[in-house]
Amino acid sequence: MANVGRNTPVRKFDAIVVGAGGAGLRAALQLSEAGVKCAVLSKVFPTRSHTVAAQGGVGASLGNMGEDNWNWHMYDTVKGSDWLGDQDAIEFMVRAAPEVVIELEHFGMPFDRNEDGTIYQRPFGGHSMNFGEKPVQRSCCAADRTGHAMLHALYQRNVRANTQFFVEWMALDLIRDPSGQVLGVTALEMETGEVMVFHARATLFATGGAGRIYSSTTNAFINTGDGLGMAARAGIPLEDMEFWQFHPTGVAGAGVLITEGVRGEGGYLLNKNGERFMERYAPNLKDLASRDVVSRAMATEIKEGRGAGKEGDCVLLKLDHLGAEVIDKRLPGIREIAKKFANVDPVKDPIPVVPTVHYQMGGIPTNYHGEVVVPKNGNANSVVPGFYAAGECGCASVHGANRLGTNSLTDLLVFGKASGNSIIRYLKENPGLKDLPKDAGDRSLSRLARLESQTNGESYAEVAKDMRRTMQKHCGVFRFPDTLADGVKKIREISDRVTRTEIKDKSKVFNTARIEALELDNLIEVARATMVSADARTESRGAHDRSDHHGRDDVNWLKHTLWYKEGDRLDYKPVNLKPLTAESIEPKVRTY
Amino acid sequence: MQFRVFRYDPDKDDKPYMKDYEVELEPTDQMLLDALVRIKEQDDSLSLRRSCREGVCGSDAMNINGKNGLACTTKLSELKQPVELKPLPGLPVIRDLIVDMTQFFKQYHSIKPYLVNNDPPPEKERLQSPEEREELNGLYECILCACCSTSCPSFWWNPDKFVGPAGLLHAYRFLADTRDQAAAERLDNLEDPYRLFRCHSIMNCVDVCPKGLNPTEAIGKIKTMMVKRAV
Repeated sequence: MANVGRNTPVRKFDAIVVGAGGAGLRAALQLSEAGVKCAVLSKVFPTRSHTVAAQGGVGASLGNMGEDNWNWHMYDTVKGSDWLGDQDAIEFMVRAAPEVVIELEHFGMPFDRNEDGTIYQRPFGGHSMNFGEKPVQRSCCAADRTGHAMLHALYQRNVRANTQFFVEWMALDLIRDPSGQVLGVTALEMETGEVMVFHARATLFATGGAGRIYSSTTNAFINTGDGLGMAARAGIPLEDMEFWQFHPTGVAGAGVLITEGVRGEGGYLLNKNGERFMERYAPNLKDLASRDVVSRAMATEIKEGRGAGKEGDCVLLKLDHLGAEVIDKRLPGIREIAKKFANVDPVKDPIPVVPTVHYQMGGIPTNYHGEVVVPKNGNANSVVPGFYAAGECGCASVHGANRLGTNSLTDLLVFGKASGNSIIRYLKENPGLKDLPKDAGDRSLSRLARLESQTNGESYAEVAKDMRRTMQKHCGVFRFPDTLADGVKKIREISDRVTRTEIKDKSKVFNTARIEALELDNLIEVARATMVSADARTESRGAHDRSDHHGRDDVNWLKHTLWYKEGDRLDYKPVNLKPLTAESIEPKVRTY
Repeated sequence: MQFRVFRYDPDKDDKPYMKDYEVELEPTDQMLLDALVRIKEQDDSLSLRRSCREGVCGSDAMNINGKNGLACTTKLSELKQPVELKPLPGLPVIRDLIVDMTQFFKQYHSIKPYLVNNDPPPEKERLQSPEEREELNGLYECILCACCSTSCPSFWWNPDKFVGPAGLLHAYRFLADTRDQAAAERLDNLEDPYRLFRCHSIMNCVDVCPKGLNPTEAIGKIKTMMVKRAV
């Protein structure tokens, strides 16, 4: 049994970073190099975090391949977000992008190179020249292993900076005092089952996404929305959770990601008739339109009987015309994945692909400094003292209703660094560590005690499966009013069942059943936030497409959703259309 | 499909044992990891690490029918039954298929796995030709799964003294990088009867690497650099 005694040990730090993916490592590096006493907690060894699976590149207007500038990158991102992105945060990100990419190169990242020795950049979906005119080469990459190269480079730089890691520690709950200030987290050491309080003046969540709320996802097993669950339980709202990106090219059946870089390098999609159907849906950018647009086009082809494969339930990604040399040089990992997971060699045959859940555009609401913000006393964006979020778990919001490919890596570098800097500033201005509230560990200890003593409960694996099936069926690429309403009802029922899950394994030592049951506590909050928010938003915008409300409704819905766990309450706040210095990009019709 | 799995929970078992499982597989269960997930549905006490399920995070390395590999990229159709699964050899077992990787990472950290360049950083990227960059291919792709080091007899005997194939592959990754300025220190760090020279080119590492990398070749190149600077 886990240590559930009153005497939970406490460790004090200046700052805690929860999660050691790209955002967590970039923030940790900023903190360590500034001499901040900082602890980084991770469920897995840092290089196993899911940033490792990013393939196609990181977006930055370096202009190495031809003319490019941040204004174009900004326009593409705002348009990609279907105008739900906050333009101050977007301007901040695209302007900082070149600098953080160059820094990464200085850290040792093995970017691909041009003949002149500069970083190679490839075209990517939704990235354009001159405000939508034609594709631009903006994605800085290391073959199709950009995330792997990036995560390792960031980890290595943290080794150099002597960052203190707590590897295979799972954060359980956020600690807030009665004023709402955040004072750290409780965490479980997986190897021993011991619980400890990490007490700090600043806490950064960089816990990644929660794609595992769906049955078919490109996400890793560890992507269980732990930060979102912890925030929701502590009374923090979750923003824009109805917006989930379906990546157009997941391997049919397996769900494994095939980078958009394939289309960036010249690959394209075919239906069963061998027709390059994207020409009909996006005459200008074609296969390089935004992901929501391509995924919907694919789903439409399949729905209307033009899907490929025995069951007609996929489309084909053709790239053999690129030739073995280009494929082996630019897309070697894709060739490996296709052979292993789709049983095809893309040098000869097309890869069967389907839209697959990939990225959570919403998350813990923050401003562009990485500070968590909530509505309070009439201020829609009141800062929660001591609390920060960056990367996929945060919502600044730069991706709005649909993220552009490559902008996730840009996001985690820019906002990882920015939140590190914000914490450094905050620590200088707030020297004293406030006492822990008396009940600091109670929520976690009672969750653990409940799991220990639960009998006649349901298997956590069964309940999790039902949740995934429900999300897959009720909140997919196309959404329908009756299935949404029904989905809300079902997910609430499953939510009740989650409170009675049972584990048979009661061992202290590396009890992965316990970990999975605790993860389900987090997943279910994300699933409920998603269903409830999606059901309420009666328009179609970005990745949220409703059969009963076609098209965007800027009059009623140009606003961010805020979901609170307590009573499944919804609130809304305005989108910031005012950039920092640039001119506002006014909402208009979105075509590619 | 039949499996025999190494089980050991120090919390309750006096000693390890092999446990038999029979699992009903679905057509979508293609990889060994899919079967392990099914086994865990039957018996939630089976512990293993896993994450990306596509061979890039390096979590689910284990000994599969006597050979190290990743569960997530090992096809079930290619496995002889009963499939015998054991933890990676040569490292202490924490529980079931989970080993203590402290020693492995200690060796990785010992080679200073980061770029050293003490020149003030330029405004833009440090330039590198495509040919210079190509030198890093076959090196930077390592996922630190430890399949190689834990299949290496030299590492089994001297895990505290011999860096092992994974660490040495990374050592060469930085030696081969035109942007790195610490070649002399890196070679000094390996100039030792054990750290580098315990490699006897047995090549188990090459045989098991799930990413198709060749640590033996990298080690050979380090040895050549050692010789070159000696003359």
